Amino acid sequence: VLHATRPVHTTQQRLAPLPPLPEKGGEVRHGLIPEEFFQFLYPKTGVTGPYMLGTGLLLYFLSKEIYVINHETVAAACILSVIIYGIKKFGADVAAFADKLNEEKVANALAVKNAAIKGLETAIEEEKKEQWRVEGRSFLFDAKRNNIAMLLETNYRERLMTVYNEVKKRLDYQVALQNLKRQKEQDHMIQWVEKNVVQSITPQQQKESITKCILDLKALSKSVQVAV
Amino acid sequence: GPLLERRLMDVRLGELPLWLVTCDFSPQGLLGGVQKAWSSYYNKYINVKRGGPAGISMLLAGYCLLSYGWSYQHIKRHRWRKYH
Repeated sequence: VLHATRPVHTTQQRLAPLPPLPEKGGEVRHGLIPEEFFQFLYPKTGVTGPYMLGTGLLLYFLSKEIYVINHETVAAACILSVIIYGIKKFGADVAAFADKLNEEKVANALAVKNAAIKGLETAIEEEKKEQWRVEGRSFLFDAKRNNIAMLLETNYRERLMTVYNEVKKRLDYQVALQNLKRQKEQDHMIQWVEKNVVQSITPQQQKESITKCILDLKALSKSVQVAV
Repeated sequence: GPLLERRLMDVRLGELPLWLVTCDFSPQGLLGGVQKAWSSYYNKYINVKRGGPAGISMLLAGYCLLSYGWSYQHIKRHRWRKYH
C-alpha cells in the first residue's frame, strides 16, 4: 500500500549526482547591501539613487538623534576600521588558502573515483580473460578422460597379471607335487630292490662269489703277465 | 499568477494585505517560513564555492541593528540635545 501523501519522484530533482555549488554568491556592494536593492532603485533614480537615500537616512537619524553618538560609536568605528583593514590586506591570501583546501578535497575524491574506475576496468579485463579460458575446458576434459582411461587400462592389466601368476602358481604346485611323488616312488623302489638283493645274498653265495673273483683276478694277472 | 505560490518579493504593494491573509501563521507554518528564508539566504550567500565577507557581514549588521533596536530606550537617555 503506497501512502499517497508522500511525493514519489514527482519533481525532476534527484539526490545524486548533486548539482555543483554556484561559483560566486549573490552580488553585494560594500559588503553590506545586496545588488538587488540598487537594481530595484535604478529605473526610478538612476545610479546615485541608493547613495542619496543612504546619505539622507544617515543625516535624518543623526539630526533627530534616532542614532545617538556615544562611546559605542567610537568603539564601533575603531573595530570596523580594523576589520576592513584586515579584510583588504589578508582577504586574497585566506581565499587562496581556502581554495587550495577545497582543491585538495576535490582531488582526493576524484582520485578515489578514478581508482575505483580503474579497478573495475581491470576486473572487466580479468573477466574477459576468464571467459576466454572457459573455451579451453574441452581440452582439459579430454586430457582428464585420457588419464582416466590409462588408469583403467593399467589396473586391468595388473589384474590380468595377477590372475596369470596365481594360475601358474597353482599349476606349478600340481606339477611339483607329481614330480615329488614319482621321485619318492622311484627312491623307495630302488631302496627296496637294493635291500632285497642284499638280503638275498646269503653267506654261501658271498663266499662263492669271492672265490670266483679271486680266480678271475688270477687269470687276469696271468694274461697281463703274458702280455707284458 | 496565483497569489499563494508567489514569494514576498514578487507580491505587489497593493496585494500585500491579501497575501498576508493567505499566509500560514500556525507554528508549523511560521517555522517552515523561517526555515525557507534561512535556507534561501544560506544557499545564495554562504553555500558557494568562492564566497566573500558578504555572507556573514550582513548577518552581523542585522544583529547590530536588532540589538540597537532592543536597547533604544536605554540609549535614548544619553541624547546630546533635548529638542530636535
